[in-house]
Amino acid sequence: MINSFRQNWFSNLRGDLLAGMVVALALIPEAIAFSIIAGVDPKVGLYASFCIAVVTAFVGGRPGMISAATAAMAVLMVTLVKEHGLEYLLAATLLTGVLQIAMGYLKMGSLMRFVSRSVVTGFVNALAILIFMAQLPELTNVTWHVYAMTAAGLAIIYGFPYVTRAIPSPLVTIVVLTGLAMFLNLDIRTVGDMGELPDTLPVFLWPEVPLNFETLAIIFPYSVSLAVVGLLESLMTATIVDDLTDTTSDKNRECKGQGVANIASGMIGGMAGCAMIGQSVINVKSGGRTRLSTLAAGVFLLLLIVFLGEWVAQIPMAALVAVMIMVSIGTFSWGSLANLKKHPVSTSVVMLATVVVVVATHNLAIGVFVGVLLAAMFFANKVAQYKYVSSTLSEDGTTRTYRVVGQVFFASADKFVDFFDFKEAVDKVTIDLCQAHFWDITSVSALDKVVLKFRREGTAVEVIGLNEASATIVDRFALHDKPGAVDNLMGH
Amino acid sequence: MTHVIACIDGSRITSAVCDYAAWASRRLEAPLNFLHVLGRSEYPVPADLSGNIGLGSREALLQELAELDEKRSRLALEQGRLMLDAAKARAMANGVASPITSRQRHGELVDTLLELESDIRLLVMGRQGEQGDTAGEHIGSHLENVVRTLHRPILVIPTDYTEPQRILIAFDGSATIRKAVEMVAASPLFRGLPCHVVMVGADKADAREQLDWARTTLEKAGFEVAARMRSGQVEEVLCGYRTEHDIDLIVMGAYGHSKIREFLVGSTTTKLILQSKIPLLLLR
Repeated sequence: MINSFRQNWFSNLRGDLLAGMVVALALIPEAIAFSIIAGVDPKVGLYASFCIAVVTAFVGGRPGMISAATAAMAVLMVTLVKEHGLEYLLAATLLTGVLQIAMGYLKMGSLMRFVSRSVVTGFVNALAILIFMAQLPELTNVTWHVYAMTAAGLAIIYGFPYVTRAIPSPLVTIVVLTGLAMFLNLDIRTVGDMGELPDTLPVFLWPEVPLNFETLAIIFPYSVSLAVVGLLESLMTATIVDDLTDTTSDKNRECKGQGVANIASGMIGGMAGCAMIGQSVINVKSGGRTRLSTLAAGVFLLLLIVFLGEWVAQIPMAALVAVMIMVSIGTFSWGSLANLKKHPVSTSVVMLATVVVVVATHNLAIGVFVGVLLAAMFFANKVAQYKYVSSTLSEDGTTRTYRVVGQVFFASADKFVDFFDFKEAVDKVTIDLCQAHFWDITSVSALDKVVLKFRREGTAVEVIGLNEASATIVDRFALHDKPGAVDNLMGH
Repeated sequence: MTHVIACIDGSRITSAVCDYAAWASRRLEAPLNFLHVLGRSEYPVPADLSGNIGLGSREALLQELAELDEKRSRLALEQGRLMLDAAKARAMANGVASPITSRQRHGELVDTLLELESDIRLLVMGRQGEQGDTAGEHIGSHLENVVRTLHRPILVIPTDYTEPQRILIAFDGSATIRKAVEMVAASPLFRGLPCHVVMVGADKADAREQLDWARTTLEKAGFEVAARMRSGQVEEVLCGYRTEHDIDLIVMGAYGHSKIREFLVGSTTTKLILQSKIPLLLLR
């Protein structure tokens, strides 16, 4: 136990602390940007990021993953904040946490296996587009200074690493642009204009909402969306970190950990958050591996904002926009564009549908739902095609044998019936099901239909070679082998 | 329950592990299997603190990390193979007639041994492993875990090999040690070696009776037995007795108590493993 504790916390001290610092620096612009998306003061996002990072460091299931305030969650809160205010957002955050813990106990994490690769890609791309779109208000109706600053920021972010990789380039961008704006005394928007920044350590506060059914009715739909999206992004990120580090994580523990973190965040006046794909990649890239890196990120973040609050207020929005465009570019799966041509059409359709639905609804949960549904339908359709029926007539012309190969279920049942020639006048029909599998009630009733149809033409029918699993379902639900079969079927 | 399995890891204790495993394999006439487990060690990664992500960063990072791991794992794999071959050659030279095999696995030592548990007749492992070479007198990080998890006889050995001539059974009258006595009596491992049975504690009638039971059981099996009753601190008495009678191997029950009690009181097993300059056969 002590061993695994050491392994989880102190096996990579130097790398973790450095990575934590890099991540903390990158978290500041993100937390501020996502607060602005949600329509709340920057301090709400900053407190949330601190709190969620620190709590998930202890209770999360994936060491080295960074959780904080995120864009995916922020876009879901917009209308709630606009119509009901911050207090309701905090209440919704608490409820989100409770729901996530419940989902963790119900082992909903394992449902992730139904989310196919193309849905994940769609999710990631949609997320990147949402982050980018959220920057547009900062880039419209502004002076040319802002465009110049943003372009310069991007140039520094991607150019500076060629000079040295020892200093985070987003930090350099922010410092340089802030200095420039202050020196030239430019009249452009700064973080300080966007709302209140934290000036103290966070304190405990209970959301001031009436505890009644009406409140619940307001926040519940939001909380469900937040809980689902939070877990989706967290589990996807956990898988990405698993792949990068070649280690495993405890997905159900991660669900519960996210819930605990959100409850804690709601109680100190923070918004709901989840794992961040971009930041987690930055963490791994910077050498962070264990829980310590996540904890360090949270703690450094708090120290930075509390002690450097005055300076943070001076950061021009253009610098933030540049950083967020970087996050958007880094999150987008560019490989998926090239794959559009290579992959089967159905895969691409699923991916694109996910993206389109998310961008249209601003709700990643709906997008993923549509994606999963589409993927399932494509799959069912594909499996239904792996089926054919061959038939042979005996030499004397009195017996025909049908040989069915493949999967028979709701999507292929009608086609199964069509294979048989009921017009042919033979004495006996043998249906050989050695290589077929009957999956559901629909397929069983299709078999019933075939058998009874033949019988009504005066043909004796024999069904042979059912495999065991199919035999169980046929025995339980089929009518053709029970007395009075024809009458029963006629009744329908 | 067929193989003598010897865990080697390339530390300075490896040759002694080979020799004791070869000895055990010869006496038990059991096939010998050398096991090397490639642990997942955390390697320092070159720090890239640039903190930016761009086109295809994730894919590039994955590829980079995978390549690094691949190179290191290849090296470790090759090194492990050489080590296992050397161990096999050494055992062969030691006159092991039974088949000698080796296997290399990825993962944690404890988990790997658990998977192999049904194969293990006797497990031979060093008191401390690779990291222990530099750490002085202490118990290897894996050992206690393995002893607590596995339900097979484990021979814990010191750095140097001497062929066992006289053995000592640390007898405390518990069910574990009674089973151990029966096992020693039935096993060919110690056949023909003089056997001392030492009980530490007050000289009471029922203790005597138990000691006598041990003596007769062993004598019936053809052992030359000396049964003694001593009083004092268990570790001190046993260590004193060992030097006095030139004992080469101690048989004992291991970790009879819970971890919590051990935390408060300390474990006799741990102390004995630490102090002992000779192999211990631990039975649970």
